[in-house]
Amino acid sequence: MTDASDGLTMVDAINRALHEAMAEDDTTAVMGQDVGVNGGVFRVTEGLIDDYGAARVIDTPLAESGIVGLAIGMAMNGARPIAEMQFSGFSYYALAQIENHAARIRWRTRGAHTVPLVIRMPYGAGVRALEHHSESREVFYGHMPGLKTVIPATPARAHALLHAAIRDPDPVIFMEPKAVYRQMREPIADDAEPAQIGTSRVVRRGKDLTLVSYGAMLNRALEAAETLAAEDIDIEVIDIETIAPLDAETIAKSVGQTGRLLIVNEAPPSYGAAGEIAMRVIEQEFYALRVPIRRVCGWDVHVPFFAREQTYLPSVDRIRGAARGMMAD
Amino acid sequence: MSRPDDQEDRIPMTAHLSWPDPKFEPHEALAPDGTLLEDDETDIGTLEQIYKTMLCARRFDERLLKLQRQGALGTFAPIKGQEAAQIGAAACLREDDWLVPSFRETGAALWRGADMADLLVTLAGWNAGNDLPEGARTLPDTVPVASQLPIAAGIAHAGRLRGEDAIVMACFGDGATSEGDFHEALNFAGVLEAPVVFLCQNNGWAISTPRARQTASQTLAQKAHAYGIPAAQVDGNDALAVMQVTQEAVALARDKGQPAMIEALTYRMEVHTTADDPTRYRDEGEVEEWQDRDPIERVRMLLVARSQLDDAMQEALEEEIRDRIDAAWKEAKDRISRLEETPGTAMFDHIFAEPTAPLRRQRKEFSDQEEAAND
Repeated sequence: MTDASDGLTMVDAINRALHEAMAEDDTTAVMGQDVGVNGGVFRVTEGLIDDYGAARVIDTPLAESGIVGLAIGMAMNGARPIAEMQFSGFSYYALAQIENHAARIRWRTRGAHTVPLVIRMPYGAGVRALEHHSESREVFYGHMPGLKTVIPATPARAHALLHAAIRDPDPVIFMEPKAVYRQMREPIADDAEPAQIGTSRVVRRGKDLTLVSYGAMLNRALEAAETLAAEDIDIEVIDIETIAPLDAETIAKSVGQTGRLLIVNEAPPSYGAAGEIAMRVIEQEFYALRVPIRRVCGWDVHVPFFAREQTYLPSVDRIRGAARGMMAD
Repeated sequence: MSRPDDQEDRIPMTAHLSWPDPKFEPHEALAPDGTLLEDDETDIGTLEQIYKTMLCARRFDERLLKLQRQGALGTFAPIKGQEAAQIGAAACLREDDWLVPSFRETGAALWRGADMADLLVTLAGWNAGNDLPEGARTLPDTVPVASQLPIAAGIAHAGRLRGEDAIVMACFGDGATSEGDFHEALNFAGVLEAPVVFLCQNNGWAISTPRARQTASQTLAQKAHAYGIPAAQVDGNDALAVMQVTQEAVALARDKGQPAMIEALTYRMEVHTTADDPTRYRDEGEVEEWQDRDPIERVRMLLVARSQLDDAMQEALEEEIRDRIDAAWKEAKDRISRLEETPGTAMFDHIFAEPTAPLRRQRKEFSDQEEAAND
């Protein structure tokens, strides 16, 4: 692990949260493909097997549905499992377990059984990976009743949100923007508090326009906001952090003051999180809107092979262009 | 006994390719006429209790069918013909063992003490019928085929990590063996040494798909061998044989952490569910043949032969069961009338430990609309 004085990468921060959770509560267990001896393909689970043994850090057979099913059963029988899907693009094998059981067991058994489960998965484009390693399908999970879906944007937030997810009495899908894994460092205090799931976070104050984003795109949104300050455009940036349950109040309150809403994410636009955020703001602050809401997303296509993946992703230029356009409207 | 797996005319193999050669002889203990095939008195004592539960399960099934046809209950999956397979197996479990069912295990649930009124309330379409005690180890039905099996492996593994010696019995049918989750569950249980008894009730049909079209494997049991798991076939209509085989599997799981699979050869004498019409795909003659192998009848004949049952006792038993079912239905109807008076906001319950902000808002919106409609 990196010296904390340099700040931690997101990989280190998540690794640290996992070590802390395993040390704190001996019912916590980690399972997935290559999470033990190999420490995970991104090294997120490095060292866990040395400290906590193979019974609690389980190198599983290669089967996503089996991994999630196993974790659900363990959660029902007193454990706090943290399952890893090696890439979100392979988590679809486990969608049935998540929708049919993880999200429903509390409801089906009227609280007699619960599923305090975290399913971690790296997602998103930008690391020049193979097909199936780049998509952003958070709405698959955000749409399911009974699930919470969380996406941290920075190392410190990943650390705080993962602690919150592990403490949560219900299943949490924890999507890790792998483009941020080693992109930045942040210091994390020894006594860092867990975050609160279900709250959006204002990361930059501004009065002209509300820019909402999450995951790897938050940093592009921030960069756009910083550079537009030179053009006298004062942008408020909000990191939603929780896809579901979405805290629309924080966003609506901001839009109530700015009158402009721009949403940035890397998922395909149709039926996506941007649409939901926009609708929730319309329900609460329609009359505050001075110009039409805009979104800068990916496209309704598959993420191109890596030579062209940046053409798919929202660029800082596209975000700036949209913001300038809204100011000129 | 007729075997769904006879493939005598299979193609001869080549120098290096071979057919699997599973040496399964379905275990039998009690002939269809009620005679003991081996001079083994072990477990005979339990048979009387099993007989009572099998009869109760049969009568309950018949009542459910009647109530469903009258429109009082929703769709359900009858168990007729499978009483010995599931009750004989469940009888080998301790109270602290887990039963993870599919959706055709009413008999096993009754053996485990399930409340008939609860089952009726559920089948009448009310979630409240699933009000289980916290941590209940007889789980409610699982509808998506085979999806309960990896979960069973997880329950078993977590119990073992905690040092418990409770085991898990996971139930499924012949159709489930084609699902990926069946294979993943057996594989995981094998690798993790999770104490699961995989109980396959091969009832010959997956809705309209006969066993022969479900898989080219000679047996379902042999699939377990591919995962390094021991397996047996057993006459599933023979409660004594099912018990004997299940006891071996339970002991392996409990004492050695070794999962095992049992293929109980039985027959679905009724519809798949009440929404199904088997005359479209199944020869009624087949059903009649299996009537001669009725799992309840052969235990009755054994008990009569051993003077543990006579006509008067049988009549008293039938009356007692009828009274219990009547009382359960009466209680269920009372509970349903009370439930009908409860507000619709109950649908927002039990989604999360604490309702989220969007759910609180939606619940209020619903409640306001309901109040406005009632004004």
